[in-house]
Order: sequence, then structure tokens, then C-alpha cells
Amino acid sequence: MKSSHQIELTAGVFLLLAIGALIFLAVQATDRGVVAAGGYQVTASFSNVGGLKPRARVSMGGVTIGMVESINLDPDTFEARVVMRIADEFDDLPEDTSASIFTAGILGDQFIGLEPGGSPEPLRDGDRILLTNSALQLEQLITRYMFDSEGDD
Amino acid sequence: MNSASTPTRWLDPIRHLGRAGLFLLTAISRMRLTRLQAGETLRQIYFAGVRSLVIIVTGGFFVGLVLTLQTYDTLSRFGAADAVSTVLALSLFRELGPVLTTLLFAGRAGTSITAEIGLMRATEQLDALDLMAIDPMERIVQPRLLAGIVAVPALVLIFNVCAILGGVVFAVFMMGSDPITFWANMQATVELWRDFGHGMLKAVAFGFLASWLAVYFGWTARPTSEGVALATTQTVIATAISVLILDFVLSAFML
Repeated sequence: MKSSHQIELTAGVFLLLAIGALIFLAVQATDRGVVAAGGYQVTASFSNVGGLKPRARVSMGGVTIGMVESINLDPDTFEARVVMRIADEFDDLPEDTSASIFTAGILGDQFIGLEPGGSPEPLRDGDRILLTNSALQLEQLITRYMFDSEGDD
Repeated sequence: MNSASTPTRWLDPIRHLGRAGLFLLTAISRMRLTRLQAGETLRQIYFAGVRSLVIIVTGGFFVGLVLTLQTYDTLSRFGAADAVSTVLALSLFRELGPVLTTLLFAGRAGTSITAEIGLMRATEQLDALDLMAIDPMERIVQPRLLAGIVAVPALVLIFNVCAILGGVVFAVFMMGSDPITFWANMQATVELWRDFGHGMLKAVAFGFLASWLAVYFGWTARPTSEGVALATTQTVIATAISVLILDFVLSAFML
């Protein structure tokens, strides 16, 4: 039988463990999550981001190299401005890298795919990606296909 | 304490319910926050909470593992394996965490509370306390009620963490999912209050229910070894059934 002092101490440790679990779950597993501060930022403007969400992944050649930090509308150009955070180990992406929005599978989430260019100059923190392809929208494609094929005849 | 001798046995569950309600009212109306009780509550948190850690940690880890295994397999047929962390976190926080933890708690801690109080009754320790002008409601019942209300949410939190770690082990380390996507999908879909907070409210309600039933069945156990054995069984059955029913009611209110 443990002494009452030891029991109270163990109970205290147990409650601290629970509080630790609470903080872990609240921060790591919910929408209030704190984004890791590492890496560097680049931005890209898209005319349409489709269903892209913050924290979507940013990949190059299918490998995840970063995540979307925020998406907002540029008040001057009315384009969607996407801020991405890319891991520090990929700090030598060419300056003329292009960004496209893809969908993973039919039901999958949308993500940004980067395609490297050929420029010797690397992208730096705060730079803007100039070459972008917007999200593919199925409805738009269908509409365009229907009306284009009528016009061609 | 003479439930078997009455002719209308089919009314017994309703009488039990009434007695349990009156018992709870008495326990709460005699509540006074004294120094002694805080220490005793902490001791009960140790007995109910800390002693349940092994089963909660092991149980949580394997629930997370198997839940991820099953959903991963199903979701990958639709090319949506990325959603596995969403399914894992939502079902854990909303339902599985509180419900499974309470069921494990009833089996591990609820039974021992019932047996302890039942034996106190059988060996006339409760009467001895009464004779010494110590209110057994205050000394025995209230600390165990409070301990359950604190210990079950704490155990639910630990269960959830272990289950999510189990999910990470399966999805990331065994199936090679991308850890960034795993966490990002979870963070993007789980809402702090609507999913996580509501689950914790459930945990508090279940903790209260489980400790109430455990204490009640111990308190009203017939003072024989057979009576204590029966009371222990009843604790598990009553807790399991009422937690599952209450879970549906609370979910219906919260959604």
C-alpha cells in the first residue's frame, strides 16, 4: 500500500498527463492548430482556386514539400492569392517554377503541384510564382465543350 | 433493501431508478466542501483514474490502430485514403473516445467501487462511520462521485491521444501515408468546439453516470457475499446500457 503522500503525487501526475493530452489534442488535432514556423513563404495568384483549403499540401513531383498557409482575394486584381510555406530543405527551387492546382483522385483533396523551371536563380522568401494554372472545374469544362463543339460545325 | 420480496418484480427497474435518483439527491444535498474531502477525492482519483491507465492506454492504442486499418482499407478503394485521419479523429472525439473509455472504466474502476462500498456495507463499516458521527455520504460517496467526474474526462483525453498515435503508427509508419497530409486533413476538418468540446461534455456526463451507478449499486448491495457479487455485475450492465442510451440522446442534442 502506498503512502497517502505518494498517492496524491501520482494523482497529480495523472491529472497533469490529462492536461497535456488536452493541449496536444486541442493544438495538434483541431482547426486551431498552430502551423509550424519553419520554412519560407512564396505566394501565387490564381484566377480560381476551386476547393483548395488552407493547410492543403504543396508538392513537387508528387513529393510533399510544403503546405498552403492562407488563401485570400487580392482586392485589386480580384485574383485568389495563395500563400505557401515550403520546407527549408527545398530552398533552391528555380525562380520560374510554375504552380497548378490538382485534385488527388476523384474524391481527394485539392493540392498545389509545383513544376520546376530552368532558371538558375532560386525562389526566395516572399517571392511570387508568376506562372500558374487554376483549378480545373468540371462544370466549366463541360460547358466549354458543349458550346465549342456547336461553334466548330 | 428488500427488492426480491415485493410481488411486482417487473416494476423493479423503475423502483431502482427512483432509489438511485433519491440516493443522488441525498448525496448532493449533503455536500460540503471540506479540506478532508479534497484529499479523499484526490485519493479516489488515484484509485479510479491512475489504476485504469494501463487498460486505457493499451485499449486506446489498439482501437486507433484497428480503426485506421479498417477505414484505410475502405477509403483507399475510393482513392480517398487521405481522409483516414479525418475519419479517425471525428469518430474518436465524438463517439468512440467517451463511450469506450467509460465502458472500460466501468469494468475496471466501477466494479471495484461497487465491491468496496458493498463490502463496507456487509462488514458494517458504514454503520461504524455513522456511529462515529462521520457521515458516510460525505466521507465515502461524494469523493467517489467527484473522482469519477474528473477521472473519466482525463482518461478520455489520454485514450484519444493514444488512439491517434495508433492511427499515426498504422497510416504513416506502416502504410507510408504522408504525415503532413495526415495532420493537415485532421486539422482542417475537426472543429475545436463542435467536435472536440462536445465529446468532452459527453465524457463529463458519462463520468458522472458511471460513478453514480457504481456508488449506488455498492450502497444498496445486500450485505452478503452473493449480494456484493450481484451488485458488481449490475454496475457493469447498468453502466453499459445507460451510457449507450445517453450517448444517443446527447448526440441527438448536440448535432
